[in-house]
Amino acid sequence: MLKVENINVYYGAIHAIKGVSFEVNDGEIVTLIGANGAGKSTTLQTISGLLHSPTGSITFQGENIASVPAPKLVSKGLAQVPEGRRIFLNMTVEENLEMGAYTRPSSEVEPHLARVYDLFPRMKERRRQVAGTLSGGEQQMLAMGRALMSDPKLIMLDEPSMGLAPILVEQIFDIIKELHKVGTTILLVEQNAQMALSVADRGYVLETGKIVSSGTGSELLNDESVKKAYLGG
Amino acid sequence: MSFLNNVITGVSLGSIYAIIALGYTMVYGIAKMLNFAHGDVIMVGAFMCFFAMGSFGLPPLVGVLLAVVVCTVLGMVIERLAYKPLRQAPSLAVLITAIGVSYLLQNGAQILWGAATKTFTPIISPTNAAGEPNALQLFGGQLSISYVALLSIVVCLVVMVSLTLFTGRTKLGKAMRACSEDKGAAQLMGINVDSTISMTFAIGSALAAVAGVLMCSAYPILSPTTGSLPGIRAFTAAVFGGIGSIPGAFLGGILLGIIETFAKAYISTDLSDAVVFAVLIIVLLVKPAGLLGKYVPEKV
Repeated sequence: MLKVENINVYYGAIHAIKGVSFEVNDGEIVTLIGANGAGKSTTLQTISGLLHSPTGSITFQGENIASVPAPKLVSKGLAQVPEGRRIFLNMTVEENLEMGAYTRPSSEVEPHLARVYDLFPRMKERRRQVAGTLSGGEQQMLAMGRALMSDPKLIMLDEPSMGLAPILVEQIFDIIKELHKVGTTILLVEQNAQMALSVADRGYVLETGKIVSSGTGSELLNDESVKKAYLGG
Repeated sequence: MSFLNNVITGVSLGSIYAIIALGYTMVYGIAKMLNFAHGDVIMVGAFMCFFAMGSFGLPPLVGVLLAVVVCTVLGMVIERLAYKPLRQAPSLAVLITAIGVSYLLQNGAQILWGAATKTFTPIISPTNAAGEPNALQLFGGQLSISYVALLSIVVCLVVMVSLTLFTGRTKLGKAMRACSEDKGAAQLMGINVDSTISMTFAIGSALAAVAGVLMCSAYPILSPTTGSLPGIRAFTAAVFGGIGSIPGAFLGGILLGIIETFAKAYISTDLSDAVVFAVLIIVLLVKPAGLLGKYVPEKV
């Protein structure tokens, strides 16, 4: 579904992403793990068109999307839940969700809303509430619900567990598994390697801008070097 | 009765300030810039109406429409040519550019239409064919409210209600609010941020045109610098009410109009601006974000 080949990203003189390649197949959960500053978010932002790679290609459903501007990608079926959630804090829960469906015809808003409320009953209870008053976990749910409103083929999650209490992290990962079950393809970027690898079909380990190892979720969970670097021994 | 007369004069003047302030505040909310050329767009609008009615003898409604169309296009062109290339530039560069555009419009108007003050033909003439004032007479003629003043108040209310409905209920209006909060996230939703900003300038400039015609109908003198002082006062009104807030601009505009009129009536005509700004300073000392603005601490 998504194929990234040999991308390089520079921040001025800093070479942040060095020839990264990976792919995500239909219906898979694929995770990119790595420490702070390894280039995980940079990779996602390059896919979503906010940053550009002078080399290589990014193919989504057979189409090269490397030069497609960010706002056009949503209508092609690629949605992103950005790092730090970035929900619209002064808008209500329902307005946030409506914005997620911005590229869809208005007749589709109602059925998608119903589906998201089904998945997140809490959001339905709070739909008239201003998003800034939600707790961190609820804000993460809203950010995920908002991305789902565009009915994406592939959803990219950037650090969904960041800043959340362990119990909420579990809830968020339960939702990720749920989405996977109904056939959504997921690219998951995480620092919480343990959680990410336990739900992922496959994973890639990113270190200072390079992919240093890859394998199925369980392979990486049992890999000695991954254990040592990311799983606390 | 003179007190009531002053209140009504203040509210109608304030209505015009509010319409201008709405343009300032919307552009600030979304583009995070102070468009100091906004006041001069008012002047261009007034000139368009002046020529349509005075030189071509067209009916007032056509004059207003022409002013609105020309200013809408002008606002979008200014944004496209002067501000869009500076989207990533420091805000000081944008501010200086806005001041530059302001002078460009004033000097351009001076070259095209001359520096001499012209007498504007009000869209509602002050007196009717029989020589009676075109005004609502109340209390046996003790209280007289000109139709232009009434029109200003009505237009301001209509604009205020429509903008509230537009930003609260429509998809485009909500997208505008989303852009003003977080442009990156708005892009991820598929919202075209550039065209949303352009649309905001279009709406603000159309409002400036309407305000220009109303203002020159109430105070019928017109010159290339006509827009500059009302522009600054309306900017003050926007800050007063809380810049970025639509109800704030409305409230700020009305209050400013009332304060200015009262200062002229009861203190001194010469000191009215000083009084207005003194009130602004006091309000900002107590409420730094303005009356209805939200104080957002800088995130570190």
